[in-house]
Amino acid sequence: MKSLGNIRREFAPWNKPDAKPYIQFKNVTKRFGDFTAVNNLSLSIYEREFFALLGASGCGKSTLLRMLAGFEEPTSGQILLDGQDLRGIPPYRRPVNMMFQSYALFPHMTVEQNIGFGLKQDGMARADIDTRVAEMLKLVKLSQFAKRKPHQLSGGQRQRVALARAVAKQPKVLLLDEPLGALDKKLREETQFELMDLQQTLGLTFVVVTHDQEEAMTMADRIAILDKGEVMQVATPAEVYEAPGSRFVADFVGNINMFEGKVADRDGAGATIASANGVTIRTANAGDAAAGSEVAFAIRPEKIKVSSKKPESGDNVMEGEIYDIAYLGDMTIFHVQLGNGQVVKASSLNATRATEDPLSWDDKAWISFRNDAGVVLTR
Amino acid sequence: MKSPLSAITNRLVILVPYLWLLFFFLIPFVIVFKISLSTTAIAMPPYTPVLGLADGFSGLMSQIGEFSFDNYLWLTQDALYFNAYVSSVVIAGISTFLALLVGYPIAYGMARAPATIRPTLLMLVILPFWTSFLIRVYAWIGILKPEGLLNQLLLGTGIIDQPLVILNTHTAIFIGIVYSYLPFMILPLYSALEKMDYSLIEAAQDLGCPPIAAFWKITFPLSLPGVIAGCLLVFIPAVGEFVIPDLLGGSQTLMIGKTLWNEFFANRDWPVSSAVAVILLLLLVVPIMFFQQAQARAQEEGR
Repeated sequence: MKSLGNIRREFAPWNKPDAKPYIQFKNVTKRFGDFTAVNNLSLSIYEREFFALLGASGCGKSTLLRMLAGFEEPTSGQILLDGQDLRGIPPYRRPVNMMFQSYALFPHMTVEQNIGFGLKQDGMARADIDTRVAEMLKLVKLSQFAKRKPHQLSGGQRQRVALARAVAKQPKVLLLDEPLGALDKKLREETQFELMDLQQTLGLTFVVVTHDQEEAMTMADRIAILDKGEVMQVATPAEVYEAPGSRFVADFVGNINMFEGKVADRDGAGATIASANGVTIRTANAGDAAAGSEVAFAIRPEKIKVSSKKPESGDNVMEGEIYDIAYLGDMTIFHVQLGNGQVVKASSLNATRATEDPLSWDDKAWISFRNDAGVVLTR
Repeated sequence: MKSPLSAITNRLVILVPYLWLLFFFLIPFVIVFKISLSTTAIAMPPYTPVLGLADGFSGLMSQIGEFSFDNYLWLTQDALYFNAYVSSVVIAGISTFLALLVGYPIAYGMARAPATIRPTLLMLVILPFWTSFLIRVYAWIGILKPEGLLNQLLLGTGIIDQPLVILNTHTAIFIGIVYSYLPFMILPLYSALEKMDYSLIEAAQDLGCPPIAAFWKITFPLSLPGVIAGCLLVFIPAVGEFVIPDLLGGSQTLMIGKTLWNEFFANRDWPVSSAVAVILLLLLVVPIMFFQQAQARAQEEGR
């Protein structure tokens, strides 16, 4: 299999054995009463990395961020920042700044005063504060709003003030708690790229918490997928999507079809998988799944081709019936019911305006996919 | 579209508070003001002129001609009244400040308490109102008097060897006013503090502000509308307070409420006591207007 590296830029310190992690969670556990928010978690984040903590609500991602900021102390374990143990250091002495989900702008202060607040706390000279605030305002394109109060700004503008305030002190690490959660879809997409540019310009380490996988995939160098206070997988967006490490990750990120079954036969890197409901699948890469072991074969909908005629060649060809069609404009998602009753999702890009191969409800259809299109999951 | 009927009912609804003000504030005030322009007399009622149409319209006009501002002049000539006003404002001011000092931590604690016990705490603050105000002030006599509960406790534990003289001093008045009006201070403070987003404090700390500095830079400025409302709610009734200085303050205490009572009941000088009341009202209108302006400004700022 081709290596699935970072597709955005030449930046992968996590692959270098001698690279030193910038932030380290070492066996961190956090309990609130008898609820365990973070369970014996270890994680390394590198300098200048854009790192995303992705998970459903209650998975412990915000708690991790709050422990980095100093609002919560770990029940056990250690958090290191640039080699320094953070235990016992109050939030106001940590070299990290946070952008809050609610933005937490001070309502009684102007945009300028909000951005300059942290600098003033550091005892910076008045003139230097003014210069730096002006710089920050320019960076987030809000120079003409300097004298406004937060309630006189739009949601997107407030978000940028919060961002400017958090980066004004040039922290070692910027923590972002659902930074785009309160914006509408269009603005969110624009702002994602603005955040990425900003991170590149400032050269800071960003740790972002989000429940939106698209957001994490777009922005992050690496994503940690969390569930019930534990890390399920840490990998680049492409790896998370194309080579999920477990059924949970495969299911959590994007759409996927799963065939639960057993490895019937191994030949070299490949294998034949016999699914529990009577489908036989040929795959070119079965990893370390032993013959006879229980596995799941997982394949993304866009890697499955649907046609009305039986394809002449193909590694895996199955017959079925169109069960449901979802037309999304840019693509169409077909739900194809196989002979054994399983419904498989297959999406096809609508590259031309007219569909050459019109398929309708209850039509006979064939699905096919190559033997390197899916992954075998042992966990 | 609104029906004409609903437009009429809308106006009627607005009319209710205005009618209330007319009947229970403006008309009584005009009567008091009229009495303040009269002269005291041994009669029933004890002042002249009593307006009436017994002597026809010209008689009424000549009665109106008898009105004079002599009583107001009298208030400026006798230093007693000026001193009473000043002393009332000072006592009310100090009491208000003390109530703020006591009330703020209580309101803050309530606002930071777990949401489940906040209604209980609120209930406890309001609970004293279920007992008569007068009885509660009387109870303080029992606590503060030389052989009272407080002195017994302090003597018993050996903290002091001479009973403290608290009753019939200004201290007793401060205690009485702070105790009686504390809920009026706590409630607006609580409502201002409770709606404050705690993440603002976290943001301040995150930006390098230690907790105590964060309180003065964020919490306190944002609670100012509550502070102003609470202070006015305590200050305004405290200036005119009569029962507390009368019961706890003893005879030498000079407060305008007591002076007014003396003029009215002891001297039976209705016109002078009316003049005292009118001046007191004007004295209190200033802070009320200030309060309303502050409220309007806060509303404009959208908080």
